[in-house]
Amino acid sequence: MFRYTLKRLVQGLITVWFIATATFGAMHLVPGDPLSGEKAASAEIQANLRAKYGLDKPVLQQYFVYLGNIARGDFGISFTQKNREVNDIIREHFPVSATMGLLAILFAGAGGVLWGALTALFRNRLPDVIIMFLVILGISVPSFVMAALGQLSLVKLNAFFGATVLPVGGWGTVRHMLVPSLVLGLGTMAYLTRLMRSSMLEIVNADFIRTAKAKGLPAARIFSKHQLRNASLPVVTVLGPAIAAITTGGFVVELVFAIPGLGRYFVQAVQQLDYTVIMGTTVFYGAFLVFMVIAVDLVYGLIDPRVRLQ
Amino acid sequence: MTNDIRLSSRDLEHIAQERVVETLSRPSLSYWQDAWIRLKGNRRALISLYIVIALLAFTLIGPLLWSVDPSVQDLDQISQPPGVDRRATLVAPHVPWHGGEAETAAVDGLRIVGAANSQAVRLAWDPIPGAVRGYRIYRNIFPIGPEKAYGLPLVMSIAGTWYEDLLDLKPRDYYYTVVGLDEHGVELPDAETIEVTLPRVITIDEARGRGLIAADATPQLGDPVTLALHPLGTDALGRDLLARLMHGARVSLFIGIVAPFLYVMIGVAYGAMAGFIGGRTDAVLMRFADFVVALPFLLFMILFKVMFGLGAGESGIVPMLIAMVILSWPATSRLVRGQILSIREEGYIGASRLLGAATPYLVMRHMIPNTMGVILVTLTFAVPSAIFTEAFLSFIGMGVAPPTPSWGSMCNEGIKTMLTTPHELLFPAILISITVLAFNLLGDGLRDALDARMRSRE
Repeated sequence: MFRYTLKRLVQGLITVWFIATATFGAMHLVPGDPLSGEKAASAEIQANLRAKYGLDKPVLQQYFVYLGNIARGDFGISFTQKNREVNDIIREHFPVSATMGLLAILFAGAGGVLWGALTALFRNRLPDVIIMFLVILGISVPSFVMAALGQLSLVKLNAFFGATVLPVGGWGTVRHMLVPSLVLGLGTMAYLTRLMRSSMLEIVNADFIRTAKAKGLPAARIFSKHQLRNASLPVVTVLGPAIAAITTGGFVVELVFAIPGLGRYFVQAVQQLDYTVIMGTTVFYGAFLVFMVIAVDLVYGLIDPRVRLQ
Repeated sequence: MTNDIRLSSRDLEHIAQERVVETLSRPSLSYWQDAWIRLKGNRRALISLYIVIALLAFTLIGPLLWSVDPSVQDLDQISQPPGVDRRATLVAPHVPWHGGEAETAAVDGLRIVGAANSQAVRLAWDPIPGAVRGYRIYRNIFPIGPEKAYGLPLVMSIAGTWYEDLLDLKPRDYYYTVVGLDEHGVELPDAETIEVTLPRVITIDEARGRGLIAADATPQLGDPVTLALHPLGTDALGRDLLARLMHGARVSLFIGIVAPFLYVMIGVAYGAMAGFIGGRTDAVLMRFADFVVALPFLLFMILFKVMFGLGAGESGIVPMLIAMVILSWPATSRLVRGQILSIREEGYIGASRLLGAATPYLVMRHMIPNTMGVILVTLTFAVPSAIFTEAFLSFIGMGVAPPTPSWGSMCNEGIKTMLTTPHELLFPAILISITVLAFNLLGDGLRDALDARMRSRE
């Protein structure tokens, strides 16, 4: 277990290094450089700025400086916002994205397991048909349309009550977080429902269920203790990719609901060609995803003793 | 005890075969024939297949039948939902108004002077007591409720008691409100509101310029003309939505079909190579694939766009395609590698090798055809995700940029007018959803038909 964890962590570090290198390479293939857009800069000022940001050094040296900085957790200074460190930007905006993502995962996980179990319980009957229809909708409707519809329904809701029950945009209180997180989690919830349904149906005829029935356990106990628990294991395995999907989906939700998260910031940085912010955010998100997947794998090993971690 | 066995030469003769020992009860079917029969039995998959064909027809044949230029603006019909009244009345060209009232106060208070139409609305009102600093005029498209939201302020302060509104008038209901301003410039509590229904009008020159009346005809003022037809309405710039959807489908479906095709091909080649060579090469190749998988997909899609030197406003179909191919192949390659690894151990491969088959022959003749089902299913499921990616990128302004239409960029434009003209968002969104749904269900059907091991339990 310990050796496996160590091995995965080392692999994760190598992957992060690869992401950092790819980001660096991609940004250095860009025609022009970060300063070419600067207004009213004489040749001397440009040269000074280049020296300040280390852009006058050979690419290889820049690369090593960059790697060294990343290893120390320093992503540099924003190009477009004066005196703002990328670390500050991440520190300020990432918790917002993370909170929303966490809520979305909770919604998606709880909803997926619940709906999936329900559909399996009412197989081929009305609740199953209705839920599966909604699931297909959830998979087919793009996230930005969901976000738009979510916002529209908020407007209608507030108009109906004649007061701001749930704010249409912004961030701050739980009331702000509720609908954006729900919208963000819907796609994943649909996917998890499908997965849960098939895994429930798979074990409904398993030996241990038959044994439990033979022992005379009440149906509710079989359902909750044996069926639900075992069937929800596969849900844990896809949580890693689901976290990735939810972080990227977060961009759209943040844009539509005017939430000051890191995704919105990233899109803004790309539009302004703010190189250090783009690179810093990419590497940060990449590392976050890599280690989340590793964490999910390790947790899965703890939950399911059948999975041997080697 | 001994037994004498006497055999005559007759006993050693061949026995004539009297009956056919083994018959095939059904005609032999090839893998693909069998799959087709199973797919035909699946109603959902079949309907999805028809939808996909219809979508392709919509894109490829549609523009031939509906040959409206998607970038031409129809300024008479801006943000028109489908099915509106397209009749307009011919009027004389607009003459500026200087407040000379044609008829004096038949009604007290706020009134309309002359004929209000989509060309101009002329308002006049009696002086409001206490309005020392003049008047403020508002226009709303909704009735004024108790919250007194008067809408768009047309003019902040005007001294006279008349106003001519020419601003972006549409044939619809408007609610004009005039509020007096006291000596501090603060709005007085009493406000007068008037409701106006504007008929659509067009001048003769405009109508002739847009080809609505023949050049040699001599139209009279007051004659009706019918404006150009837009079956699905127009967008905020007056462009025909149907034509834009058809042309947008070209971009969306092009990326949605070509990108998966390319990256699945690359994935197949890579995975087949890794799986067949095996050993250390396999390990190295797969480790590299793992790295590429770990790259945060959408972040890198956006990075690639920056890398190709495209700003936020520039259209980048080809960069988007390349980026998608570069980032998406590993999943397929891993799948194909697994298939090849298991097929490699099959008996018929050994037999073929024994008969002297060379490696390229083995790969092309046995391995690729045997993984074809899996590849096809992967391809079908890759299409919706590629369409989603395109739509997502165009939506956040990182993909296809205006004026090139794509479903994603149309959604992006439509979401801005979501509350007043929802059709601009609705139509592209519905098309994206239908396409994604059709390909997903078709993928499910193909998986069930092609691969018994992957058959879904539904």
